[in-house]
Order: sequence, then structure tokens, then C-alpha cells
Amino acid sequence: MAGISSALHTGIPLAAGAASEHRTLIITLFSVFVAATLAITVWAGRQTKDATDFYAGGRSFTGFQNGLAISGDYMSAASFLGIAGAIALYGYDGFLYSIGFLVAWLVALLLVAEPLRNSGRFTMADALAYRLKQRPVRTAAGTSTIVVSIFYLLAQMIGAGALVALLLGASGEGSRRWIIGLVGLVMVLYVTIGGMKGTTWVQIVKAVLLILGTLLITVLVLNKVGWNVSTLLGRAAEESGKGKAFLEPGLLYGKDGTTKLNFISLGLALVLGTAGLPHILIRFYTVPTAKAARKSVNWAIGIIGAFYLMTIALGFGAAALVGSKSITASDPSGNTAAPLLAQEVGGGAGSTGGAVLLAVISAVAFATILAVVAGLTLASSASFAHDLWANVIRKGKTSEKEELLTAKCAAVVIGAVAIALSIFAHRLNAAAVVALAFAVAASANLPTILYSLFWKRFATQGALWSIYGGLISSVGLVIFSPVVSGNEKALFPGMSFDYFPLGNPGLVSIPLGFLLGWLGSLLSEPEPDADAKYAELEVRSLTGHGAH
Amino acid sequence: MDTAPVTTEGPDEPDGPDATATAAPAGVANRFSEVQSSAEFGELRRAQRSFAFPLTLAFVSWYLLYVLLSNYAGDFMGSTVLGNINVAFVLGLAQFLTTFLIAWWYSRHAAAKLDPKAEALRARLEAGE
Repeated sequence: MAGISSALHTGIPLAAGAASEHRTLIITLFSVFVAATLAITVWAGRQTKDATDFYAGGRSFTGFQNGLAISGDYMSAASFLGIAGAIALYGYDGFLYSIGFLVAWLVALLLVAEPLRNSGRFTMADALAYRLKQRPVRTAAGTSTIVVSIFYLLAQMIGAGALVALLLGASGEGSRRWIIGLVGLVMVLYVTIGGMKGTTWVQIVKAVLLILGTLLITVLVLNKVGWNVSTLLGRAAEESGKGKAFLEPGLLYGKDGTTKLNFISLGLALVLGTAGLPHILIRFYTVPTAKAARKSVNWAIGIIGAFYLMTIALGFGAAALVGSKSITASDPSGNTAAPLLAQEVGGGAGSTGGAVLLAVISAVAFATILAVVAGLTLASSASFAHDLWANVIRKGKTSEKEELLTAKCAAVVIGAVAIALSIFAHRLNAAAVVALAFAVAASANLPTILYSLFWKRFATQGALWSIYGGLISSVGLVIFSPVVSGNEKALFPGMSFDYFPLGNPGLVSIPLGFLLGWLGSLLSEPEPDADAKYAELEVRSLTGHGAH
Repeated sequence: MDTAPVTTEGPDEPDGPDATATAAPAGVANRFSEVQSSAEFGELRRAQRSFAFPLTLAFVSWYLLYVLLSNYAGDFMGSTVLGNINVAFVLGLAQFLTTFLIAWWYSRHAAAKLDPKAEALRARLEAGE
């Protein structure tokens, strides 16, 4: 678990020697990206006038645009660098990740996207609190939004700091802090100036760059093996030194009964987590109708699916052409596989083609981290301002202007918190952090989303039990897992309180979240007006009547 | 579903900025209950649920079956299909294929069976305002 997850989620290309020669090119390309996206942000900022503009981009995006933006939000450095690295080192077991991440989108498409779009306004909590007691449910949903987003954010920031520092060769503690601060600042600028409109365009630009970069490498790899996938797989198996086992399941998770259970747990968290990720859910509000929300998920499934199919070429290509020895020599968890492969298919180390491709792919990786981080900051600051501040603390007696100012301040604070945490915790295992975000989303958010949309008897107590129970059990089980202590790869290798054997809590905490939601509802009085309120929600969520 | 009894009780916090969104006055709630118990709405709900729920159950089971096969049926997954391509690889690609197909199938169903019904009901609701 620790191996593949850190490969997946830290995102640290360590092409130290090769990269240092071409720093100027990388810095130039990245600066162009930052300058262009900041210009877009300023332009979007000028058009951002009210709360709907700031939180939901004026609901003015088309299904296709939002589909691209969703893909941009979803395909993090974890997918690009991590899955490629995991496949390059562990073969088939790495590929299993791509599948879970993609299939998960069907839950969002079939059950969540359209009714959520019709019944919510700005945040995930809007839809959850719809027919329950506003304040306690908003407090719970807002809290879990912020917890999920901050953990996700922290993982990206750790990756960003390490990526920047290593590629620029600035490995000293001072420069790392300086760079993390700079990344945090750019991200806060995106959000506070551009709001959802600016952030969405950043995602769109980034998604296009990432797809084009991946496509280029894929074409070059396939060209090298005569466009024959079987040849590619054969060479990868041969170079890996593991033979046929490299192409079969089990290299990473097949060790014993516990690792197999852990794999089921992880698979469950991945497939059920996506439809509960707040920064993904609020993207459905950026389009005008439920039909457009459906269209955007369809585009996202197409784009993300194509991208994950290309990770096969990236991963097995790196195994075949770069070789696992060179990959592990550069980075033990394989995160540099994609940049190294880019260098290789560009003409090899030392060649101009290799240098250019390495720089391009590294700049794309930067862009990816920056965009995902901005999306997360927006989701959590929006939830703070709209749910916790406006509706809970000020009990609705606030002006829109004050709410937006609060959101911008919250973005600055959340950015600062992320920067501070990653400075003090940059040794933290980013893998644990992202796996936790998915498991928490599936345990704390998904049950309440589904119950509130489809179950009339669902009550406030059920929502609170489910959200807090899912939140506490998933976070708690990770604390007592081997990710945090008990072995040399753990966060605290010197300590030992790993009482829970699985690295991912999903197998326990997700069913618990659903059970608590059901039990909590049945053990409380039905909501006053339950029938009338459910009628309203059901009619509105299915017909789109009165949707914002 | 049965017709909801109309109460005159207001929602618990009518003063929030979302008050209009989250809490309709009793008269309006009454209309929602009427629509909810209408035959047309029943058809729309049935068309949505009878499609989405079984399909969700199916693809989640198919995905879990795939995860379990990867875990516990290594020999089967490793058997050759063509060249270096084995059953595991083919089943993995099949997961991609079924995901694309289900997305396409659902969208076709929604456009043909859900959207016209939803639009008709919405028009009726909006005309009543």
C-alpha cells in the first residue's frame, strides 16, 4: 500500500541530473503558464460581480467546457506522475488504479450530478441541508467539505513543493519554503481574483495541456513499438525483470490476506469517493441546467477515460524504454517515470529533443498541481463563507458583499494554513493524505448525499450521525493504520500504534457511514413536514423547477 | 407515493439567504405534493429509478467482481489471450468499455425518456405561478 500510494500521490519527479541542465526552459514554460492563467484570472475577475459569478462562474459554462474543467480538477499530478510510475514499477497492479478512478464517475452520472444541480445553489451543503434542519446539517457538511479539501490540498502542496524544489535543483530547506509560499500565493490569487470563473478557465487550459502532453508521449511510445500493444507489454515485462508476473495482478497487493483486503478497501474508497468530493460536486453548479450537468459528466468520462487509457502507454512505455532500474534510481516510488519517458522518447538524455520534452512534461505537471490546488481552495472557502459563516454563524443575516468578502478572506486563510502545514509537514506521506480524502468523502459525504436525494424518511439525526461518524471513523482508522506508525515507511516510523491493519479505512468506514445514516434516521422522530419537504425536493430535483 | 398532508407550519429557518430555495410557503409546498402524486410525475420517477438503480447495482458489482478476480483468481487472470495480452488486461479494458457504454446508454435513455417528461412537468409548474 505505502509503495503504490506514495507513487500515486506524491508526484515528485526527481530527474535531478537531467533536469538541472534545462532549468531555464522549464522555468520559462512554467512562467508562461502562470502569466497566461493570471491574465485569464484578471479578465474573469472583472466579470465577477455577484455571488453566482464568484461561486458558480455565473452558471455560464457549456457542458463541454465544464467537462474539460472537471477533467482538469480530477486529473491531478497523482494520476499523471503517480499512475505512470506505479505501472512502470508494479505493472498490472498500477493499472488497477486507472480503472477505479474512471468507473467512479458512473456513480456521479447516474445518481448525483443532475439532482444535485437542480436542488443546490453554491455548495454541497446546499443540497444536503435542503429538507433537513439547516444549521446543524450545514455545520456538519461544511466541516467535512473543509476537512476533505484541506487533506487533499495538503497532499498537492507537499507534492508541489517537492516537485518545484527538486526540478529547480533548490533542495535546501529555505528555497523549498520560499517555493511553497509562492505556489500558495499564485493559487490564492486565482481564487480571490478570478473566483469560480477564473478557476474554471485555469482548469480548462490545464486539462488541454495535460491531454496534449500525454497524447504526444503516447504517440511517440507506440511509434517505437510499431503500434503493437502486445510488443509493448512484452518488452515491459522483459525489462522489468519480473517476466509474465509483471502483466498479472498481485505484484503489489497479492502478498497476503491483509494486502488483498487492503486492496478491496482502497478499491471501494476510489469508486465511491469521487461522487462525494466537494470540489468536484460544486462544478455541477457552473452550468445552467441539469441536462448540461449530465453533458459535462459525459465529456469528463470521455476525456478522463482517454487519459487513463494513455497511462497504459506511459507506464508500460516507461517500463519498456526507460527500465525500472533507471526509474528507481531516480525516484524510488517511480514518480519520475513520465518525465524520464518523455526525455527518452524525445531522443534520450543529452539530446535537445529529450530536453525539450522533459521540460514540457515537467511544466505540465506544475500546471496540474497549481490548478487542482486552486479548485480545492475555492471549494473549501466557498463552503466556509456560504455554509458556516452566512448560514450558521450569521444565521442568514448577512449581505452578499459580506459573504463574498468572507469567502476571499477564507481563501487567503486556507491558503496560509496549507502553506504552513506543508512547511512543517513536508516529510508527511502525501499518499496517506489523499487516500484519506477519498475515503472520508465516501464515508462522510456520499451516504448523506444519496439518502437525502432518494430516501423520504432520512432525518437530521441520520445526516449528523453519518457525516460525523464517517468523518471520525475514517480519520481515526487512518491514525491507527500502518500508514501513520509501526514501520519504516510510516509517518512516525519510531512509534507503534498501528492497531488497524489496513492502510485504507474504506472497507470499514464507508459501510459505517451508510449504517449510521440509516440508524440515526430511524431512531429519531421523522422531520416535521417530512412529506411536503420531500415532495418539494423530489419534484425540483427531477424536473429542474425553480433551479438556481 | 402518497399525497403529503399539507401543514401550515413553516420551515425551521425561514430567514436564511436560501430561504426561498429551501423553504417554500405552505401553498407552494401543497402544489409540489400535488405534482408529486400525479401520474406523470410517477412515470418520470419510475423511468429514472428503474433505469439508474439497477444499472448502478450492476456496474458496482461488475467492478467489485473484477477487483475480487484480480485478488483471488490470479491463474485465470494470467491466462493468455493473444501474444502478451492476458485475461486481466482484457477485463481491465472491458471496464473502460462498459463505463463508456453505460454513460452513453444512460444519456440516450435520459434524452428520450426523462427530459421530455421533466420539461412538460416544469412547464406546468411554471405556468401555475
